[in-house]
Amino acid sequence: MTEMTSRIEAQPSPKVSDEIRKTTCYMCACRCGINVHMQDGKVKYIEGNRDHPVNKGVLCAKGSAGIMQHYSPARLRAPLKRVGPRGSGEFEEISWEEAYEIAVSWLKPIRETDPKKLAFFTGRDQSQSFTSFWAQAYGTPNYAAHGGFCSVNMAAAGIYTMGGAFWEFGQPDWDRTRLIMIFGVAEDHDSNPIKAGIGKLKGRGGKVIGVNPIRSGYNAVADEWIGITPGTDGLFILSLIHELMRAGKVDAGYLARYTNAGFLLDEDGLFLRNEEGVPLVVDRATGDAVRFDTPGALPDLTNGLERQGKTYRTVMQAMAEAFLDPQYAPEAVADRCGITPERIRATAAELARVAFEEEIVLDQPWTDWKGQRHETMVGRPVSFHAMRGISAHSNGFQTCRALHILQILLGSVEVPGGFRFKPPYPKPPEAHPKPNAVGRPGQPLAGPHLGFPMGPEDLQICENGLPLRIDKAFTWENPFSVHGLMHMVISNAHAGDPYKIDTLFMYMANMAWNSSMNTSEVMKMLTDRDENGEYVIPHILYSDAYSSEMVAFADLILPDTTYLERHDCISLLDRPICEAEAAADAIRWPVQEPDRDVKGFQSALVDLGARLGLPGFVNEDGSQKYADYADYMVRHERRPGIGPLAGWRGEDGESEGRGAPNPNQLQRYIENGGFWIGHIPEEAQFYKPWNQGYQDWAVKIGLFDKPLPYVFNLYVEPLRKLQRAAEGHGACQPPEHLRDRVKATCTPLPVWYEPFEEAAVDKAEYPIHALTQRPMHMYHSWGSQNAWLRQITNVNRLYIPGGIWEAEGFEDGDWAEVTSPHGRIKVPVARMDALNAETIWTWNAIGKRRGAWALDEAAPEAEKGFLLNHLIHELLPPKGDGRRWANSDPITGQAAWFDLRVKIRRVPPDGPSEPAHEAQASPVGRGPADVAYGEGFK
Amino acid sequence: MTALPTKTDRKLGLVIDLDTCVGCHACVINCKEWNTSNYGVPLSDSDAYGAAPEGTFLNRVHSYEVTPEAGPAQAVHFPKSCLHCDDAPCVTVCPTGASYKRGEDGIVLVDESACMGCGLCAWACPYGARELDALAGVMKKCTLCVDRIYNQNLPEEDREPACVRTCPAGARHFGDLGDPESDVSRLVAARGGVDLMPEMGTRPVNKYLPPRVKDRMTQEAEPLPSRTDGPSGFLKWLDSALEAL
Repeated sequence: MTEMTSRIEAQPSPKVSDEIRKTTCYMCACRCGINVHMQDGKVKYIEGNRDHPVNKGVLCAKGSAGIMQHYSPARLRAPLKRVGPRGSGEFEEISWEEAYEIAVSWLKPIRETDPKKLAFFTGRDQSQSFTSFWAQAYGTPNYAAHGGFCSVNMAAAGIYTMGGAFWEFGQPDWDRTRLIMIFGVAEDHDSNPIKAGIGKLKGRGGKVIGVNPIRSGYNAVADEWIGITPGTDGLFILSLIHELMRAGKVDAGYLARYTNAGFLLDEDGLFLRNEEGVPLVVDRATGDAVRFDTPGALPDLTNGLERQGKTYRTVMQAMAEAFLDPQYAPEAVADRCGITPERIRATAAELARVAFEEEIVLDQPWTDWKGQRHETMVGRPVSFHAMRGISAHSNGFQTCRALHILQILLGSVEVPGGFRFKPPYPKPPEAHPKPNAVGRPGQPLAGPHLGFPMGPEDLQICENGLPLRIDKAFTWENPFSVHGLMHMVISNAHAGDPYKIDTLFMYMANMAWNSSMNTSEVMKMLTDRDENGEYVIPHILYSDAYSSEMVAFADLILPDTTYLERHDCISLLDRPICEAEAAADAIRWPVQEPDRDVKGFQSALVDLGARLGLPGFVNEDGSQKYADYADYMVRHERRPGIGPLAGWRGEDGESEGRGAPNPNQLQRYIENGGFWIGHIPEEAQFYKPWNQGYQDWAVKIGLFDKPLPYVFNLYVEPLRKLQRAAEGHGACQPPEHLRDRVKATCTPLPVWYEPFEEAAVDKAEYPIHALTQRPMHMYHSWGSQNAWLRQITNVNRLYIPGGIWEAEGFEDGDWAEVTSPHGRIKVPVARMDALNAETIWTWNAIGKRRGAWALDEAAPEAEKGFLLNHLIHELLPPKGDGRRWANSDPITGQAAWFDLRVKIRRVPPDGPSEPAHEAQASPVGRGPADVAYGEGFK
Repeated sequence: MTALPTKTDRKLGLVIDLDTCVGCHACVINCKEWNTSNYGVPLSDSDAYGAAPEGTFLNRVHSYEVTPEAGPAQAVHFPKSCLHCDDAPCVTVCPTGASYKRGEDGIVLVDESACMGCGLCAWACPYGARELDALAGVMKKCTLCVDRIYNQNLPEEDREPACVRTCPAGARHFGDLGDPESDVSRLVAARGGVDLMPEMGTRPVNKYLPPRVKDRMTQEAEPLPSRTDGPSGFLKWLDSALEAL
């Protein structure tokens, strides 16, 4: 035996780092707090910030791989001007001055003549309140971020139904809930909090029910897995509602007090209102029709009203008729959903048991909006979470609505143990702005682009019936498209439908690859030329930090920084980091200065805004108003005293929410770990929409300017108004070809209908559903370029359930040809049995174009990786009417990624995966062969 | 041949909860990140941006599919790192004494200056928990973050392995498994924690908590009684429920 003397000491205490700099992660959209350890001026180690409200110290794989992202060889180094043909990736580096001159030479003339010729869409932007402010000042109606191809159904259904939505605007009461049911969660948002919450819940013996065709991630640890057939979640949920109503397992008092269940419907399906327009209910005690918010009145839900020869029934009467219909009985929906009737009944029984037999009572007095004091807070410890799986279908809006109705029937929203809103929510739809899409030469837009229409009168349509926006948002094709339709912009601009544009300006959206439907065709649209040999889309301006696939298709690149080199604000004006217990916002700040000639995109917009002379970006004398984005974050006021950041306001820095700009504000954030948090008082923690204490607190910190109490919309009257227009009423009616669709889909109570593409294709020819999911360790194409993360997954196989696997004679190592009505791909396959029997799936955004992201052209991501996107069209199969029907939800315009139907056959096992696009040139060269990060720290 | 201590004062190790591990790889990457910049030589990555990227990791998550006799197939995520065995074959096989198990806390370490990269220990480990770093030619393995757990330069609450501190689901626990009163020992007792491959005779210190029994709801839930009959029956029930308020 050898005794060595160089062994490490018993209790070593090596120096960890020179300094910790606390900022906000951007390795995905969850915005966790991070401690960045710096040594010798370099990033040494990144860990979660224990004090941070979002992640409370933990950090996922993406966040922990931040070093490799920050020092990625794919980082752009300077502004780039295209020198080769579009798509080639051939560029020359230019100065910022030249880049700005080119950009202004495109943007200034069209602003002065026809600002809608600019389409500005910002992808996975976390600064939408700023980018939309810029776009509004510019005056183009064509602005949105990526919500339309992400989860707008979830957001819109949540806000129209209950004034808030999952993830950023609400969360389960993780400390008290005893049963959580998760639908179609793509393992991403709200990533760390969901993992932590599931761990906590299980730690105290609670149960998880996972509803997802695929049993991975959260569904793998779910106590119960319901491997539903894609696109049928709405039907399943309506069957649960049917069962709960049949058994009398709904919260009667909650429905009467906190929802529009007692509102009276006239024969047109509109609310009976008083002269001031306030909806009426029948007071159970007196039998009189009174304002719904009358103190002391408990609405009658069941009897309706006869008045002046007219019959009015309650919303609850309409619901009973709709949902107790035998079409929603478990036996009637089971086969279609791929779930046995017994399992549907058992799920309903379990929800009812936990909600009503495990009731929680907190000894916490509170006062409601009508002034009545309550001694306790009663909770039903059943919670739900859902994301893109139920959202990305053409029946997704109504499915998400159905889920919220289920929550509300159980009385489990904004109560202990249930689902809770996060500030600035709750906020009813009518408190949001209305959309604005009328552009005028040289003028700013009259108001924000995106908003919540409350009826046909709020749609954004020209007098000739044509859409005002390039993406056709807020038209009869998708009237409540509250996040726009980013997935339609390139296709519509290329088709000149509704009009041609001059400049396409995008940020942080890989639209020439994994963020587009129909990727191969989109690449052609971006490179297509007209009869004069000019590009059909004349100018493409793009900002990205990395050499992505989209970079190759731009004419001019504004290089962005990494997330550790930039200023950002995660603002209450936008998508903040609040928790159910507190308002909170955060910043990013440069923990390391860029070593390249790059600039945070928002600072570039500040400069461009000044050069274009946009209102809000120049002083009265025409000089530049803000030095950069950090200066904007501190000095901009959206309303007097209300700015992008809520913490440390006022000249002395002692105000919260409201107060004058504080020049030292960012320093205060940095000193506090990069975030601010303001706690909601104890008596205001629950029942927020109806809680006087909460409403007063919200006004005090500036979320609202006056209290905004409201009741939940079981029945969404604005949808009924759309239907009425389709039935021939009013001045603004849908065009003939959309009447029947509006009538069938814009129902004021949730409805299930077969997804459009499924209904349009021959199901015998295309018998299989095909899906993608995001891996927990990746965020879009950012993750799969990362030297560490790509070692976990650099090939995405197509997973095939046992039945199809055996029927087609697949064996290990095989490849398959997958064909949809729109295209074909050739890909490697693998068997998976924890999978719905009619569904195949793969991880998204692993596949890469050769030459992109500074990877070797022979990288497995290009050789074997693939995108399902090539099979998914942005349009539905042609109907022979010459119209371009979007493959989107008919209410919100959400991209219907998951309506895809395919067929599959075995092919000789041989790569590369197809379509195999030719390589793009890399403006940044290739990454190094070997990495030994940390060497210098020894 | 290197000797093992006859006994260790403490048995520091990990308890990994397979019921809550969602397979997110947070522990894998945070371990990589800490250990590439701290203890010993960096954990290198060969062909990092190329056709066959391959690097050194001290902890990896493996995913398995399990199909029970009744009920749907299940997925299990299984994180695996050195189990700091009491009878560690990787130590006894080491020809230079580079591999050793500490008497004071039971941690199995490699003295990198004495390691000649022969790889015998990796062959001897039945768990495949050691990886020879391709660039440095040195054997790497989990150190239980020996440079964190005693580190006076870290706040006390951070003196735990990086994988434990970062795990979002709280599926990883660290402590003294030699002390029956420790939190980790109680957890193992309460949840029926098990050794990995006990038949190998390695007496691992790390323990795994097995997944709970799944997919029992259809058998166990009491069906809901039908209290209402059609819309009018439901409304009648609802009216009486409101009357009772």
